[in-house]
Amino acid sequence: MKLELRGITKRFGSLVANDRINLVVNSGEIHALLGENGAGKSTLMNVLYGLYTADEGDIVLDGVVHKFKGPGDAMAAGIGMVHQHFMLIPVFTVAENVVLGHEPTGILDTLDIDSARKLVREISDRFGFEIDPDALVEDLPVGAQQRVEIIKALARDAKVLVLDEPTAVLTPQETDELMGIMKVLAKAGTSIVFITHKLREVQAVADCITVIRLGAVVGEAKPTDSAETLATMMVGRAVDLSVTKKAPKHGETGLSVSGLTVIGDRNNKVVDDVSFEVRAGEVLAIAGVQGNGQTELAEALVGLRTPSAGSIHLGKMDITHSSVREVIDAGVGYIPEDRSKDGLVGDFTIAENFMINRSYGPPFAKGLNIDFANRERIAAELIGDYDVRTPSQVTLAKNLSGGNQQKVVVARELSRELNLLIASQPTRGVDVGSIEFIHERIIATRDAGKPVVIVSTELDEVTSLADRIAVMYRGRIVGIVDAKTSRETLGRMMAGATV
Amino acid sequence: MSGAADTPVVGRGAAVMREIMSGGSTRAILSVVAGFIIGAIFMVFSSEEFLTAAQYLTSRPTDALSAAWTAIAEGYSALFRGSIYNYKADDIVAAFRPMTETLRFAGPLIASGLGIALAFRVGLFNIGASGQLLFGALWATWISTRVSLPWGVHLVVAMLVAILGAAAYGAIVGFLKARTGAHEVIVTIMLNYIAAGILTFFFRTPELLREVDGGGTPKSDAPAATAQLPLLLGPEFTLHAGFILAIVGVFVYWWLMERSTLGFRFRMVGHNADAARTAGINVERTFVLAMAASGAFVGLAAANQALGVQAGLTPDMDGTIGFDAITVALLGSSTAPGVLLAGLLFGAFKAGAPQMQVIGLSPEITGVVQGFIVLFIAAPPLVRAIFRLPPPQKTTVIADWWQKLTTKGDAK
Repeated sequence: MKLELRGITKRFGSLVANDRINLVVNSGEIHALLGENGAGKSTLMNVLYGLYTADEGDIVLDGVVHKFKGPGDAMAAGIGMVHQHFMLIPVFTVAENVVLGHEPTGILDTLDIDSARKLVREISDRFGFEIDPDALVEDLPVGAQQRVEIIKALARDAKVLVLDEPTAVLTPQETDELMGIMKVLAKAGTSIVFITHKLREVQAVADCITVIRLGAVVGEAKPTDSAETLATMMVGRAVDLSVTKKAPKHGETGLSVSGLTVIGDRNNKVVDDVSFEVRAGEVLAIAGVQGNGQTELAEALVGLRTPSAGSIHLGKMDITHSSVREVIDAGVGYIPEDRSKDGLVGDFTIAENFMINRSYGPPFAKGLNIDFANRERIAAELIGDYDVRTPSQVTLAKNLSGGNQQKVVVARELSRELNLLIASQPTRGVDVGSIEFIHERIIATRDAGKPVVIVSTELDEVTSLADRIAVMYRGRIVGIVDAKTSRETLGRMMAGATV
Repeated sequence: MSGAADTPVVGRGAAVMREIMSGGSTRAILSVVAGFIIGAIFMVFSSEEFLTAAQYLTSRPTDALSAAWTAIAEGYSALFRGSIYNYKADDIVAAFRPMTETLRFAGPLIASGLGIALAFRVGLFNIGASGQLLFGALWATWISTRVSLPWGVHLVVAMLVAILGAAAYGAIVGFLKARTGAHEVIVTIMLNYIAAGILTFFFRTPELLREVDGGGTPKSDAPAATAQLPLLLGPEFTLHAGFILAIVGVFVYWWLMERSTLGFRFRMVGHNADAARTAGINVERTFVLAMAASGAFVGLAAANQALGVQAGLTPDMDGTIGFDAITVALLGSSTAPGVLLAGLLFGAFKAGAPQMQVIGLSPEITGVVQGFIVLFIAAPPLVRAIFRLPPPQKTTVIADWWQKLTTKGDAK
């Protein structure tokens, strides 16, 4: 089945999540949709699957325009979707899960589990899935659960299969298996839309690549194009974000990390034997494609994750196993990657958010009491100094725009005496004006002689802020290079090549 | 950009609870009004005059209407006489007695309501007020019946033991949640049964707490005179110092939640545990502390029940306080003044119910009213539909306007 998306536009309020997107997927083709987190890939697929209604544009299947009111319509039209988070019932068997919602029934409307079993076995055999219809889903490994999702879609005669970040939850071996399955399905005539931000997988399996960034199609690419070309298309952008900064005034060693290893949520090494040093007065940027262990590295540095091996020293102090509070008290400022989840309490006022990591003593606490007078004074100062645009300091943080929320976090973290600043994606989802401001503040911190670690997937941000760049790939640091290194080289490193 | 689709399912329960707790005073008042209206309907249909008049409704509808009005007026004036001021009483003492009865009933409701409210603010659903109350009362009874201490000291020690016992029992819940991830609702419900069992065992065993001259039924001795909460208005009234305890509790709760840094951390964990963790808060320890604090307030009610009587105690001394406390916290939006007012209202229901029985109305009507009030609180969409309130918005009109203004400024 040939799928065409013509001029799909989807807006959420003033935000344009999809801007006139065109996409053509031919029958039996694996079409990769490549883009950073937040580029609008998932929104587009939710439009295709009937979960959202497009504001403009058409969905065309084999030349026929379709209007989907819900996933039921999309499924009936032959579109199947495998979500990043599986929609399976763990305590049901594979067969029960596959037929859920369109169960085959026998006499007196009883569940005909035998034909369900047969259906599963048939599909499983045809494509070599090796799935036992009577196994409980909760007993299956993640890769097998994903194959159950694919069977579920195929059982409803899906001609177009959408895989949303299917490899995010898989181990490398399972990823290879999945790619084998995708090829078999495509050969059998199924069209596959493969949503991902991982270059290696795109190159390995896609027939055709569409890159989207900030809600719009940037261009088409071929799997034979180099990884750096793809990386540049995906993360690069036209806005000039160069920051003027003086030559670094290096001081004593600020942060030194040695042999750091972190075991992730799925029991794999997400940070693997990482060592680096950041001197005082220097910015080290940790670059890499999303999901290569940068997030976990930053969380380990601030005490949110316990390393399984290695050490972290701040100056002479060993903070490897320190609690978050001890790390904060040691003067480590942390701008987390996800501000609304980890950085702010949305239902707290701005003034309250300024004190969330300093509620134990001065200046915000006096004995057991909150020092309201001091808090009011400090909040007023910070709102002025950091240009937070808000009606008042008692406005709830959730009512601020993204850029202003981020300024609240930046103000809180930079306004105290620091010995180290760690900033994860400091300008994600932030408007251009605020980006400049936040960048200036980060450089000011460096110029004040503090070591700074930036974790960013934005290549522009990395090259403009960093003095040195460490590139991470699959939990390891591929190399630490000078900030003047070419984008091509960085792109190659982000795809795993060593220098 | 795909934020809506990515909302974790785990947070949904907490979000609903937050919505229920954040209704504010408007919804609370409307819910009370709606509850009273439903109560009125029950009164009308239990009035024989109305039912008779209803049979010839078509010929003389005014009869049925006036009968309905009479039933409602009589019912609610009986409730008023029983709970606030008895204008039909012979002397001034009897006239004011209902008000003091309301305060006496309200005391433990307010105190335990504060405990539940505190847990709500930390994002915990403490259904265990009954168990915490019984466990605190158990040790208070031990002090009040088995230990001799001088006047003054005895009462203070017994009260402290009640508070500490209930706090410890609450802390168990927090500890299990922090260590094993056990859900506090299940744990508190089970601990309620355990506390009731332990208390009955103590009250049944002669070597432990059974009444010295008692028979086979589980019952304790009356607390020693030195350990009893003193009467506040002399022997004419039963109101005792338990109400003072509750009022002190209201002030302590207000200070804790609104002024102190500990309460600030409690609220932080309740609103966003991830951000709290990132800000260096030990979320697990906060759960334990919060459940202990929650239990401590319930302990005030335990002291009230164990030390506010002159007779021996039975294992059902908690009455329905454990569950009423949840309704008080809900109606009071978990704020100090809200819990105070909600406790007084439900105390009035308890005090006034017997007067309704005197005029031939079922006293359970107050229970129905109470139940509907909570239903309305807990079902915000229902209340919004009934009173045509606007749906809750993420941002207010002003915030929208401001956001537009500032983003324009940002872009320059």
